[in-house]
Amino acid sequence: MHREFLMGNEAMAVGALAAGVNVVAGYPGTPSTEVLETVARRRPEGVYVEWSVNEKAALEVAAGAAYAGARALVTMKQVGLNVASDPLMSLSYIGVKGGMVVLVADDPGPISSQTEQDTRTFAAYAKLPVLDPSSPSEAYAMMGEAFDLSEELACPVIVRPTTRVDHGYEDVEVADACDWAHREPEGFVRDPSRWVIFPALSVRAHAAIEKRDASLAERLSGYARNTVRQTAGPDARPRLGIATHGISATYVAENLSEKDDVRVLRVATPYPFPEHLAADFLDGLDEVLCVEELDPVIERALIATCGRRGLTVKIRGKLTSDIQPSGENTVESVGRALDAFLRRGEGPAGPSPCSNGPLRTDEPQARPAHAELRAEKDRPTPPQLPIRPPVLCAGCPHRASFYAVKCAMRGKKTLFCGDIGCYTLGNAKPLDMVDTCLCMGAGINIAQGVTHVEPDTAAFAFVGDSTFFASGITGVVNAFYNQADMTLVVLDNSTTAMTGHQPHPGTGRTMMGQVVEKVSVERVLLAIGLTVVETVDPLDHERAVETVRRVADEPGVKAIIFRSPCVVLARPQARSAVDAEKCVGCQRCVRELGCPALVPDASTGKVRIDAAQCTGCTLCEQICPTHAISGGERL
Amino acid sequence: MSNGAMSTDIILAGVGGQGAVLASKLLARAAMGRGLPVKTAETIGMAQRGGSVFSHVRLGEDSSSPLIGRGRADAIVAFEPAEAVRQLSFLRPGGRVVTSDAPVVPVSAATGGPAYDLPAIMSYLHERVGEKNLAVVDAAAAEAELGTARVLNVVLLGAAARAGALGPVTLDDLAAAVRAIVSPRFLDLDLRALSIGDVFFRADKKGQVLRGWPMK
Ligand code: SF4
Ligand code: SF4
Repeated sequence: MHREFLMGNEAMAVGALAAGVNVVAGYPGTPSTEVLETVARRRPEGVYVEWSVNEKAALEVAAGAAYAGARALVTMKQVGLNVASDPLMSLSYIGVKGGMVVLVADDPGPISSQTEQDTRTFAAYAKLPVLDPSSPSEAYAMMGEAFDLSEELACPVIVRPTTRVDHGYEDVEVADACDWAHREPEGFVRDPSRWVIFPALSVRAHAAIEKRDASLAERLSGYARNTVRQTAGPDARPRLGIATHGISATYVAENLSEKDDVRVLRVATPYPFPEHLAADFLDGLDEVLCVEELDPVIERALIATCGRRGLTVKIRGKLTSDIQPSGENTVESVGRALDAFLRRGEGPAGPSPCSNGPLRTDEPQARPAHAELRAEKDRPTPPQLPIRPPVLCAGCPHRASFYAVKCAMRGKKTLFCGDIGCYTLGNAKPLDMVDTCLCMGAGINIAQGVTHVEPDTAAFAFVGDSTFFASGITGVVNAFYNQADMTLVVLDNSTTAMTGHQPHPGTGRTMMGQVVEKVSVERVLLAIGLTVVETVDPLDHERAVETVRRVADEPGVKAIIFRSPCVVLARPQARSAVDAEKCVGCQRCVRELGCPALVPDASTGKVRIDAAQCTGCTLCEQICPTHAISGGERL
Repeated sequence: MSNGAMSTDIILAGVGGQGAVLASKLLARAAMGRGLPVKTAETIGMAQRGGSVFSHVRLGEDSSSPLIGRGRADAIVAFEPAEAVRQLSFLRPGGRVVTSDAPVVPVSAATGGPAYDLPAIMSYLHERVGEKNLAVVDAAAAEAELGTARVLNVVLLGAAARAGALGPVTLDDLAAAVRAIVSPRFLDLDLRALSIGDVFFRADKKGQVLRGWPMK
């Protein structure tokens, strides 16, 4: 064993490798991405790893490997689980032979996601055991435990970290690579009664699962990571309890001291719920506060426990508005809830550690200690701060693509359907080119749907290259075959940029390091039957605008492929500069493009280019009415 | 469970692309070189495209959560002044702020969003943090010295170490961390960035910067 400073995601990857994982597949998505990247970086000979085209494919690859007796890991973010849910729901009935771990990263906040769905709830729905780690170290250890459990039960096991565990770093004690388990899978053994799902099998499987989960719940009451602790020692007789889990357990710990006489239940296996342990926890308590992130999973389970066992303990939490119903918990949101629940600061108990210190002025104020009260009052008024929504990078080719379509379609009735990726940021002003965005690949058929209602709208669907492969192709087939009239715009920057530049079938590289034949977007579209498929460099502004005008006028489904590499990968070296003599301060470049490298001077109104950001993409050069900008070089 | 006395809690703040994650790694590595346990929480994802980003870095035994509570940070190291202000509610009374004076003006300020009022921001920092706890780094001077603005994150870390804002972590610890982590291509530049300590200035009431304030 040795200690390493690891990100939670890295720790889970190493945990899987140490447990002898054989096959790893996934689709990138924040906050899960680094797990698979770490596996790829550190895998020993013989471990197979791939970025699949989407989560459904990834889960099926892992399932196949597990059918053949291998240990398999599949990684995704919470919305990816929706894509993978079709195979997963059935796999729950079929089961596996080798251990299979489904790692799903949840994103409370949400910080980088469309939804705040809780995978603990999904696990209960899918009837699959789920482990919920509190820290990178625990997440590391849980990977091996999850594989063991999966193999023993012959069903997939879900591990559900949240963003703060995924992207938190910590000193983790990990096994040395020479001690990692090595496993030789037995191979697939033909047995139609086991591997072919039919209603008859499902009837049996469902009954067996219900029985298994009931006894597993009993057993998990003894799992060492499901714990009951008392702040005032084992002999105290507290009347109040706190039930928590995951990263929230650390916020609870930050806000408690030995002076608080409480009992704390930490649930590491929200499904099956360790009811026996929970009943021991409830014994002798008057009230319990459930501190959870996302759904009130533990809260509902405790209410059910009380109901089943005839206990009269008041269960509080999200359902009683004692904990915020949505969003991410923080050290202070939990501190405030605990202050109220423990009635701290009202009696002789003294202020909680959390109330030492000022809270942000826009936060509801818990009683600051009196010393701070004055400071709070005398404080200067904070200045207005600029807002910083994320934006496309300086020189990003997507900016040029959106701008070309915008220029070409000015004055016409249009609909611009966006999709998931960096290019969702085309929504920001001044581009303002995203009318809809729902989920991976949805824009294509949303555009189609609108045109059935409003045939006079020129509908565009923007889709990135990775998203096109992930779930765009079926959408194009649907629109084409059903005679839609719309323009597909593929923004091809040859990478999966938003999640940190992963390869995909259009890049010609695999995670095993092979250089392979690329899947051509053009040829896929032509094979579907599209006859108008034009590829153009978006940074050649005039030609790009002309192409959009021409293509959009064609009937049926037609496609434009804007091809230019992501500047983060291509690292262009040229810079553009503004000739201050020629710049008349009209700020057309700023108002039209919103490139973050274009900085208007507050006093003169003239524009300067920030050389640290500019990539010399030349887009601003091409639209400056006085030709004041030069020096760039198109890639 | 915590009493807050034994750990040093530091917030790194900036704009996506300024290198907060690398700075946090360097700081963590430097502290580990001293044998201290470290926890950090990073902003990774959409905000890295020019949004507000922060890292929470907790050095020492006494922490359970990777996030620092409001009013509990010992120091804020900011690569951008507005971002220093944005994180101020995390600073404990008497905590220190080390910030760059160079604004990164967002596109939103030029397209109808709130304006970027640098003098107001600097003078607020000055009043709220107090003269003796605020160090302002002249980013333009650092850039002139180094020939690039791209290592401002490392310049700020060096400045913070000199200002005594990193708890037990010293300049030497940081240099050792740079040697351990940074690729050979940038090693020299990053070491120079750490060492240029004389780019300190002190903000006066109107937010102008006055020359010549080495803090140590
Ligand atoms: S050339 Fe103009 S548009 Fe392109 S990155 Fe530089 S400033 Fe931005
Ligand atoms: S990472 Fe690449 S694709 Fe994403 S905004 Fe930046 S340049 Fe554009």
